[in-house]
Amino acid sequence: MTQTGDIKTLKLDGRDVSARADETILQIARQNGIFIPTMCELEGLSSPGACRLCLVEVKGSSKLMPACLTHAEEGMEVTTGSERLVNYRRMIVELFFTERNHVCSVCVSNGNCELQSLAQKVGLTHVHFPYRFPGEQVDASHGRFIADHNRCILCTRCVRVCDEIEGAHTWDVMGRGIQSHVVTDLHEPWGASASCTGCGKCVQVCPTGALFEKGRSVAEMHKRRQFLPYLTLMREGRE
Amino acid sequence: MSRKKLATVWLDGCSGCHMSFLDMDERLIELAAKAELVYSPLVDHKEFPPDVDVTLVEGAVSSEEDLHKIQTIRARTKCLVSLGDCAVTANVPGMRNPFPVIEVYDRAYRENTTLDPGEPNEVVPRLLPHARPVHEVVTVDVFVPGCPPSAGVIYEAVTALLEGKHPDLSAKTRFGA
Repeated sequence: MTQTGDIKTLKLDGRDVSARADETILQIARQNGIFIPTMCELEGLSSPGACRLCLVEVKGSSKLMPACLTHAEEGMEVTTGSERLVNYRRMIVELFFTERNHVCSVCVSNGNCELQSLAQKVGLTHVHFPYRFPGEQVDASHGRFIADHNRCILCTRCVRVCDEIEGAHTWDVMGRGIQSHVVTDLHEPWGASASCTGCGKCVQVCPTGALFEKGRSVAEMHKRRQFLPYLTLMREGRE
Repeated sequence: MSRKKLATVWLDGCSGCHMSFLDMDERLIELAAKAELVYSPLVDHKEFPPDVDVTLVEGAVSSEEDLHKIQTIRARTKCLVSLGDCAVTANVPGMRNPFPVIEVYDRAYRENTTLDPGEPNEVVPRLLPHARPVHEVVTVDVFVPGCPPSAGVIYEAVTALLEGKHPDLSAKTRFGA
């Protein structure tokens, strides 16, 4: 049971809200109907705080804090949507688009893509940065799935779901900075992976069309995530 | 009221945006009362005229001819509109960009050709190293993403611009729409 002493009162965009000490600013914002954009975060998985979309301002701190990793504290004053934050967020979304080759019109996830819908939500009509147009690989060696690195935003949801939920740890990240890529096993073809169980959880949690089922054409890939909160709940209940 | 000057141009795109423009159907008649189409693939004018009020650009800037055209058009247009994903993001024409131009030519004019293989040296304009979004080359005033933007979105954009207003289309269209 939650102790009364664990309840914190704080201000979110000027509104008084209360929360448990183990709740993050992101969770509290969602409970109170405040939208903070996210990309790497997914309920049921750990949060790496990698995408920086959920950065918020906390009064008294010169640093911006990721809402997904910052816990409620007594008397905290949080701003979630200042002009500075809105600008940074739009910039991050733009950089996602320039980093790889996102061609929505011919993508399996067109119409069902989290990056595409987020771009619309933040009012993105064009990208201010020059596109990189990198030469990326498509790995179609797996019997049922394809990894198209042109569409990967390195959110690492596939890495986390494979490790934390499936327990296979087939996926991981290789390289640093702009050279970073998600890889299967020790950068071997997905189809040759000895650890992959073929469960497809990575495909379902991928926010874009980077991981998809074979045989899906343009706009045909719908991700099914219902299993994730269910599995997490069942496991928590067992402990 | 004097009619405004409207133009449309087709750079490296599939003409789908122009098809969507024609999909405005009977609204085209209403539009014709407000604006004169002074240059377009849909009408027979050879030279891009000066003092155009609104120009809709379909397609990425992909060849030397595109580059020359868009620079002239920018100089002669008050309000330049990037219409559709190719103009806004380079979209499908940009999918050649990870490859060197020489490989693109090899693929198109040598590997798949039996009759007289070799890249064209007349009529067909030379490709630039990359197909680029229009705003990476010249200043663009309004962006209308979509592949293609729907007739309704184009109508809303054009009518607003002819009245001197800046349309807010973010809720109505998106990349790949």
